[in-house]
Amino acid sequence: MSNISKVFENGKAFIAFVTSGDPSLEITEQLVYAMDEAGADLVELGIPFSDPTAEGPVIQEANIRALSGGVTTDKIFDMVRRIRKRTQIPMVFMTYANVVFSYGTERFIKTAAQIGMDGLILPDIPYEEKDEFRPICEKYGLSFISLIAPTSHDRIRMIAKEADGFVYCVSSLGVTGVRSRITTDVGAMVKLVKEEKDIPCAIGFGISTPEQARAMAAISDGAIVGSAIVKLCGQYGKDCVPYVKEYVEEMKAAVREA
Amino acid sequence: MNRMKKGRFGVHGGQYIPETLMNAVIELEEAYDRYKNDKAFNDELTTLLNEYAGRPSRLYYAKRMTKDLGGARIYLKREDLNHTGAHKINNVLGQVLLAKRMGKTRVIAETGAGQHGVATATAAALMDMECEVFMGEEDTKRQALNVYKMRLLGAKVHAVTSGTATLKDAVSETMREWTSRIEDTHYVLGSCMGPHPFPTIVRDFQSVISREIKAQILEKEGRLPDAVLACVGGGSNAIGAFYHFIEDKDVRLIGCEAAGRGIDTAETAATISTGKLGIFHGMKSYFCQDEYGQIAPVYSISAGLDYPGVGPEHANLYDTKRAEYVAVTDDEAVDAFEYLSRMEGIIPAIESAHAVAYAKKLAKTMSKDQIIVVNLSGRGDKDCAAIARYRGEDIYE
Repeated sequence: MSNISKVFENGKAFIAFVTSGDPSLEITEQLVYAMDEAGADLVELGIPFSDPTAEGPVIQEANIRALSGGVTTDKIFDMVRRIRKRTQIPMVFMTYANVVFSYGTERFIKTAAQIGMDGLILPDIPYEEKDEFRPICEKYGLSFISLIAPTSHDRIRMIAKEADGFVYCVSSLGVTGVRSRITTDVGAMVKLVKEEKDIPCAIGFGISTPEQARAMAAISDGAIVGSAIVKLCGQYGKDCVPYVKEYVEEMKAAVREA
Repeated sequence: MNRMKKGRFGVHGGQYIPETLMNAVIELEEAYDRYKNDKAFNDELTTLLNEYAGRPSRLYYAKRMTKDLGGARIYLKREDLNHTGAHKINNVLGQVLLAKRMGKTRVIAETGAGQHGVATATAAALMDMECEVFMGEEDTKRQALNVYKMRLLGAKVHAVTSGTATLKDAVSETMREWTSRIEDTHYVLGSCMGPHPFPTIVRDFQSVISREIKAQILEKEGRLPDAVLACVGGGSNAIGAFYHFIEDKDVRLIGCEAAGRGIDTAETAATISTGKLGIFHGMKSYFCQDEYGQIAPVYSISAGLDYPGVGPEHANLYDTKRAEYVAVTDDEAVDAFEYLSRMEGIIPAIESAHAVAYAKKLAKTMSKDQIIVVNLSGRGDKDCAAIARYRGEDIYE
């Protein structure tokens, strides 16, 4: 079992996403330390992809900034090696199938496990295609995280049954990005998962305010925030670390109250 | 492992899409399975294809071109004569009719050259559906006339500014739009690509082309052709022209990709010549990409072929060596565009001109009793201003 089990040991979890290499890998490294200190329970490290079809404009632009800066999968692996000398905070990679496949799926997963990553999230791999990735993740002790969406309905049980680590519950239709309101009955989705399997559920997509994080954590095991953090990185560039740290502290406090 | 075989062409194909879209493609597959053999559905589609789109399209013997090249007899399958000026209408009428049966009230589509967007806007007007088209900003400039046509037909056109602002970005943006509004919306994918069942649905609706070619050539020549040529971007007109010949092993199937400024340059869109196996836009297939799997910014003079991937069935026809894929440069395509205009009085789409260009080379190497069919997938009106500019002449559209 990977480090993922630790994520949900201290009450409701706050899960933070950053795009690796935006604005630089040095800053990404500093962000991980800062978010760790601020109380984040899990860090999702995005490996940028040229054409991220599940992302809204904020993360799309971060991907472009990172790739223009010359970030590659190998350089991100090196950054993780540096990070792992200082912190054991649970970390998963979030990227697109082609980044993993083009590297050689087994080579990618094996390397990720060796350097101390705990899991892998691929938003363009649904249940039907997971056999190409999941068994290899199992072989090397990486959790392959499953996603469920507001449109999943009858698929939720099937997905939950084979889920590993935690279930990533997508709060809303559409792509990633800040939303003023979340209208989906995510609580019902979480309930369906739990009926099938005793596995933590974290809710992501659209969460940016402490109120939203508190509300989502109240009906699940944690809140995932991406675009709101990436937005700060875009806004403050190389000076973003203290702003992100302060934001994560505030969000973690909100989640704790849930 | 059996469930991974769904929608596969060899190793290619599959359903590499966000979970949010899975029930939508499952619903589509179920609807297609229900209606593809439904008599009322097929009768209605055939009536639309014949009475509205003008099918069957002609198989025209290009006498002057044949004589000029001095080799194989050349026939042109005149998809350019279809309503809206290209083969795209075949697939669109089928899909919009299907969407209507599924109770959808809104269709969305990507477009490169604008032909698929115009066809979708046309079918949406005809069948009283709301329509929104996503088009790379770069392409809205290259194909301004088609943007106007779509608006005239009642569609809303979104200029996509993300990425390279061309066809691949238009596909990404249409997928994103579909993710945010599924209930009442069908995504009319324009090529034989994307997640299953799209490659199969689009191929089936386009296969009318090879069904007609086969009957027409048997009537005119009493035998099958030696080669069938078509241009390949995503590959919908090519798969339509190839499909009913796949089992006829003596018929060479030749797909003509856009080499842009050459396959030895970075400015190319020749996926099979320069790409490698990957996963993108819902499918496993060949893609132009770098060593880390980042999709390459491709280039071709033709907005319709300016795509970094190819449909999974083509990838498999290539793997199994059933079809050949060749690369044709901008220069060769523009020469062919002008050549066919002067030689036969037919202005081909710059996409189709890629197939004409290779036919010019191939015919010369073949004997006079051999037969080539070139799928003339679209007409070239939309390209005149761009080709004039390519030749250094600035004209107003």
